[in-house]
Amino acid sequence: MTARLSPRNAFVAVVIAILALVPVYAEATGNTFMVSLFTRIVILAIAAVSLNLIMGFGGMVSFGHAVYLGIGGYAVGILAKEGINSGLLQWPLAVAASALFALAVGALSLRTRGVYFIMITLAFAQMVYYVAIGLDRYGGDDGMTIYKRSQFGGLIDLSNKMTFYYLCLALLLASVYVVWRLVHSRFGMVIQGARSNERRMRAIGFPTYRYKLLSFVFAGMLCGLAGALLANHTDFISPALMHWTRSGDLIVMAVLGGMGTVFGPVIGAVALLVLEEVLSGITEYWQIILGPLFLLVVLFARGGIDGLLAGVRRG
Amino acid sequence: MADALLQIEGLSKRFGGVVASDAIALSVPPGELHAIIGPNGAGKTTLIGQLAGEIAPDAGRIRFADRDVTGLPIFRRSQLGLARSFQITSLFLDFTAIENVALAVQAHAGHSFRFWRPARDEAELREPARAALMRAGLAHRADALVANLSHGEHRQLEIAVALATSPRMLLLDEPMAGMGPEESARMVKTLRELKRELTILLIEHDMEAVFALADRITVLVYGRIIASGTPEAIRANAEVRQAYLGEQEARHG
Repeated sequence: MTARLSPRNAFVAVVIAILALVPVYAEATGNTFMVSLFTRIVILAIAAVSLNLIMGFGGMVSFGHAVYLGIGGYAVGILAKEGINSGLLQWPLAVAASALFALAVGALSLRTRGVYFIMITLAFAQMVYYVAIGLDRYGGDDGMTIYKRSQFGGLIDLSNKMTFYYLCLALLLASVYVVWRLVHSRFGMVIQGARSNERRMRAIGFPTYRYKLLSFVFAGMLCGLAGALLANHTDFISPALMHWTRSGDLIVMAVLGGMGTVFGPVIGAVALLVLEEVLSGITEYWQIILGPLFLLVVLFARGGIDGLLAGVRRG
Repeated sequence: MADALLQIEGLSKRFGGVVASDAIALSVPPGELHAIIGPNGAGKTTLIGQLAGEIAPDAGRIRFADRDVTGLPIFRRSQLGLARSFQITSLFLDFTAIENVALAVQAHAGHSFRFWRPARDEAELREPARAALMRAGLAHRADALVANLSHGEHRQLEIAVALATSPRMLLLDEPMAGMGPEESARMVKTLRELKRELTILLIEHDMEAVFALADRITVLVYGRIIASGTPEAIRANAEVRQAYLGEQEARHG
């Protein structure tokens, strides 16, 4: 549990160092696209970390997690459109709206398990997706440009690409730390116990439902924050934010990087999006290469990339 | 019997055409080790399931510690002090032995909406867990991953987990199932020590163990109680011999 210089910890340190140095490299080479790419990676990594809390540790495979990217994004976009640009209002609202939605979805879906849970979470996400398409005032199907990024009263300027990148990175590292504390706390033990053997958890006296529900809500809130960041990053919102394939992407990131380890999804997000970028530069049919790669990880490296480095012990 | 810790009246459960519990009435006073025996399919596990709260009875009442618990959910019964072990080992396989037990301690140490302190460092959870492992005779395997323990060790761990919920009564579903003679003997020794402090309802096929441990024995056949009494009375009961013991002796002979 304590920090040791295992190959895995070294690898995690290297990944963090690379993420921290991206803007420096981009500045030196004049490759500004790279900062944009990695801002996207870092934001989606926050979403993947939040999904991993419920999926990797809690065993709740939510197939509609991108809906919170949408809710968070639309909270920022809608408020901006109505002339409210303060991030101090936009961001808390993005998180609160995600919490409320997660509470409603979780309250219903957590009464089911397995395939039914997957289908219900997907159904709720699709519902919001179509509601967004119907919002003509906010761009409907085509989406809507956000003309002004969230304002923090001159405290921090999000239009500065470097500043924004480092803010996102700081929030990612904070998310990883918070989730790490969470899964090792008493609360986290209950969540993990429920994944391992829920029947037994009830037999030893745990009302598991309320703990699972709270973790579900917390994961939604964190992903809602990622949504607010993503809207600021692209200066644009559209229903595509929460298309079901993006929920799939988040699952792939968590599985690829290593479910059930806190940092795994970060590695997964970097690996997936960098590969996507590199491969799509080589061939139009990049998914033909990515698909089999993913298959190999699922078949031969059950703990994901992180698991390869650490052995299989969870933590 | 007003002083009974566990009192069951008219408990009935049908699965389709099969009567699993047929108006079962039973009372277990505090401190008693009460064994339930019966041939396969007699409804023993169904009975435990109803007592623990996993199966809802069709009719009848269950009183525990002067409370009607018939409608209470599983976790509430556990909190009242009714602990069960499972016939088929049902542990957290990807946790270590002590983590399994510590989780049971945690279940009874107030709510678990505590989000920050690492639970593995909490002496408040670890110490009682270690004590429960010790009582179940498994202290030396505390840090082993459950998936790596032997079958007999799993059964002992089941007991430790049940003990860690600081129960008033244990519901043990075939704790000796699949054990070799040596492991069985160790389990009998453990149960003999536990019975001094706890009320126990024991379901077991190992007749030697049952007659060595039980204060009273109830014989269940097709969901119905055909006899209930001291081991001597049960041994002498003609109907029991015919329905159950005779059949077993015939098989052994």
